[in-house]
Amino acid sequence: MTRITVKVDGSGYTDDVEPRTLLVHYLREQLGKTGTVVGCDTGNCGACTVHLDGQSVKSCSLLAVQADGHEVTTIEGLATDGQLHPMQQAFHENHALQCGFCTPGMIMQAIDLLAGKADPTDDEIRLGLEGNLCRCTGYQNIVKAVRAAAAGGAR
Amino acid sequence: MTTTEDRPATEVGSPRRRKEDARLITGRTRWTDNIALPGMLHLAMVRSPFAHARITAIGTEAAKAASGVVTVLTGADLADEQGALPNAWAITPEQKAPVHPSIAVEHVAFAGEIVAMVVARTAAEANDAADLVDVDYEELPPVLDLKTAATDEALAHPDLGTNVSAVWTFDSAEAGTGQDVEAAISAARDGGILIEREIRQQRLIPAFMEPRSIAVDPTGEQLTVWSSTQVPHFVKIFIALVLGIPEHKIRVIAPDVGGGFGGKLQFTPEEVLTVIAARHTGKPCKYSETRSESLMAAHHGRDQWQQLTLAATKDGTVTGLKVELLADMGAYLGLVTSAIPLLGAFMYNGIYKFPAYHLSCTNVFTNKTWTDAYRGAGRPEATFAIERLMDELAVEVGVDPLEIRERNWIKHEEFPFATVSGLTYDSGNYEAATAKAKDLFGYDDLRAEQQKRRESEDPVQLGIGISTYTEMCGLAPSRWLGSMGYVGGGWEHASIRMLPTGKVEVITGTSPHGQGHETAWSQIVADRLGVAFEDIEVLHGDTQVAARGLDTYGSRSLAVGGMAVLAAADKVIEKAKPIAAQLLEANVDDLEFSGGRFGVRGTETGMSLGDLAFAVFQGHKLDAGAERSLDADATLDPDDFSFPHGTHLCAVEVDTETGAAKIRSYVSVDDVGTVVNPLIVEGQVHGGLAQGIAQALYEEAVHDESGTLLTGSFVDYLVPSPPDLPPFVTARTETPATTNQLGVKGVGEAGTIASTPAVVNAVIDAVRHLGVSDIAMPCTPYRVWKALKSAQQEGAQQEGGRS
Repeated sequence: MTRITVKVDGSGYTDDVEPRTLLVHYLREQLGKTGTVVGCDTGNCGACTVHLDGQSVKSCSLLAVQADGHEVTTIEGLATDGQLHPMQQAFHENHALQCGFCTPGMIMQAIDLLAGKADPTDDEIRLGLEGNLCRCTGYQNIVKAVRAAAAGGAR
Repeated sequence: MTTTEDRPATEVGSPRRRKEDARLITGRTRWTDNIALPGMLHLAMVRSPFAHARITAIGTEAAKAASGVVTVLTGADLADEQGALPNAWAITPEQKAPVHPSIAVEHVAFAGEIVAMVVARTAAEANDAADLVDVDYEELPPVLDLKTAATDEALAHPDLGTNVSAVWTFDSAEAGTGQDVEAAISAARDGGILIEREIRQQRLIPAFMEPRSIAVDPTGEQLTVWSSTQVPHFVKIFIALVLGIPEHKIRVIAPDVGGGFGGKLQFTPEEVLTVIAARHTGKPCKYSETRSESLMAAHHGRDQWQQLTLAATKDGTVTGLKVELLADMGAYLGLVTSAIPLLGAFMYNGIYKFPAYHLSCTNVFTNKTWTDAYRGAGRPEATFAIERLMDELAVEVGVDPLEIRERNWIKHEEFPFATVSGLTYDSGNYEAATAKAKDLFGYDDLRAEQQKRRESEDPVQLGIGISTYTEMCGLAPSRWLGSMGYVGGGWEHASIRMLPTGKVEVITGTSPHGQGHETAWSQIVADRLGVAFEDIEVLHGDTQVAARGLDTYGSRSLAVGGMAVLAAADKVIEKAKPIAAQLLEANVDDLEFSGGRFGVRGTETGMSLGDLAFAVFQGHKLDAGAERSLDADATLDPDDFSFPHGTHLCAVEVDTETGAAKIRSYVSVDDVGTVVNPLIVEGQVHGGLAQGIAQALYEEAVHDESGTLLTGSFVDYLVPSPPDLPPFVTARTETPATTNQLGVKGVGEAGTIASTPAVVNAVIDAVRHLGVSDIAMPCTPYRVWKALKSAQQEGAQQEGGRS
């Protein structure tokens, strides 16, 4: 067991973890952050995407011990004071989700995308989300949502 | 999340934002894998690496001794307890099938079949111990090629004595629905046009985003089972039938379910084994598959050879169609595996007036993952075949492929139309959908550009692909299902509870997993009962709440389940009326119900449904005989299928130097009848298009010569990512169905059914002038390039022969 200290969605945690524990399993099983999900075992689908110190990472491709001393934001930590993050709102307004399983990762990645480029073209949005798979929407409304969030100045 | 201002005149037809979204965009979801109960144990499966083998020994000692392991169970341990997994659809009385165990006892028939399971305190410990289970196999020759399998040269299940499960035929002359196809073929051979083609429908994997997961709690009076399934009601019945647990002692819950696409229309080995593990240990147990396990062992889809003969006159009027299918069942029959080709068997004539039709289908076992429903289920195969053939016919006749379709399709004034396969299409307007699609696409301009590129020998050629389609959906009239050999019915159930505070609970037997029923059903009920959209809660997916239901698949939910909701709402009104009359001291015949209020005609007197619900809850003033409830149930069996249709146009640019095909524009015009929520409908079309395009260009489950799945992860199984798909232009025409109250049809599968042939027709159209007339799916750059190369070589040889 290795002791780690992390801040997740604004709260501090100190925990003993098995060194092989993936960040996503630590989040889900030890912290109950089940909003972040596991969709594959090869780092392809992006469903588990969270922010580590403000940058998107696939939490299945990171060990929990690598998050030691860092700050993690999950889909559950996005809304502030009951107000949805503009990206969450844009996904809702533009019907950018159906089953919703890829949605947490997709939203986290989309926020990261706009942080790097405030006003991307549709092609740049598609490229920026290349590491996130959705089986329901055909991506059209996801692109539309990200565009809408960008137009609204979302970060 | 929802606004009460700007309330639409009618909820039906309004683009309501979904109620479901709030929990999904904030991570407050309950996926099955999220369920954690005190003392819960975790399962790991040991799966066969061989496609075909005999198990000679299984050593479990090391695994049993590993840290945290509670028990390790093998097929031998469970042989008497596990029962056999069901097939619910014998397509012929003689249908043959091997016994389908949840855990292999002596014989494994595909790579990925479960041979042992480990139950441990944590998932990590279970997985560690699974590696310690020592299985000895005696390898048997795997039966992998579908055509060879059909000859019984080697057997996938030696005990069965054959690989052929069933042969099913339909003949229009015999059925009295049309003429003799052989006569049409002979006539075409002497002076008409005969087109013969063989098409491969590659094997696909549904690849829902949420891997399957099952949690079972054996504590308490009822066994509680959570499963990531499309069909909780089926799962309940089959747990009872297969494991002998009394049905009333079982509660099945499908919580939030992350997609299905037919892939979760199944009763699975993993469900059986998780129940067994919970029974053996007396503890809550959970199994969540990895993606690799999902791709390897959850049922696959498609996988057919189609032998097609189309007869036509010189002017391109089709006179007959003969279809001979070989369909790969994989290693076992699942719930409806055997009937998947049949769901397409009635659709090979598409939107056309064919006078003669014959289909024979041979279902064959191989040593590959079992197949079953995948979005469209039979109808994409049929639509692909006929739409490819119509393009070939256009080439033979020398006319535009849209014109050849128009010469043969059913005109809008000819509905209702009895088809050569014995269905009756209630409504449609193929002219209108096609005209709209042409216009949105800029058809004539693109044809002109195509011509220019051909003339200039541009290395990037342009192709235009057309697909017109109809499909039978809204599964299904129970009598039809019974006549086809299916054991179940096709009705759907709904209940409405009028709560004392005027709020409404709608309970549906459908089981949504992304389709937005909570929103759409609220819209239907809001209009009918005059209750605010926000005051309605739709409950589903828990057999303790939604006790009756037949779940979600086959584009049935709205046309069957939504109509059951409507029928239940009507019953509430009928039930409320005499009570309202009594409380208002009026004659029942003088009451009218409108805008959520019973009013006495010609007066200001009236009472809202909400106030009535409270009065009924109190019961103080009601007549002695009046029931103290406005709640109502309705079970609705549809009169017929619904037949959505549409026209899809696709422009593809093919780089003739690299073989890469890129979709430049895609227009779909779909007619799904009355639309309850245009946002949801559009979303369904988008997702359907993505999956159909993926079959055309990207996806294929590939096995090596020993039967190992090579596309066993998302690295190799190419679910399209955002840059792989184009933006879509989607539009609708609206020809209401005449077979249900709202005029709705289905939309869940339409995009998938229509898009595959549109894309492949476009790819071939781009390179046809270079001598290519067919490319197998998926049309990868390598396949397109190879087709171009061999056409070039053939051309050179012919040149050489002539000089």
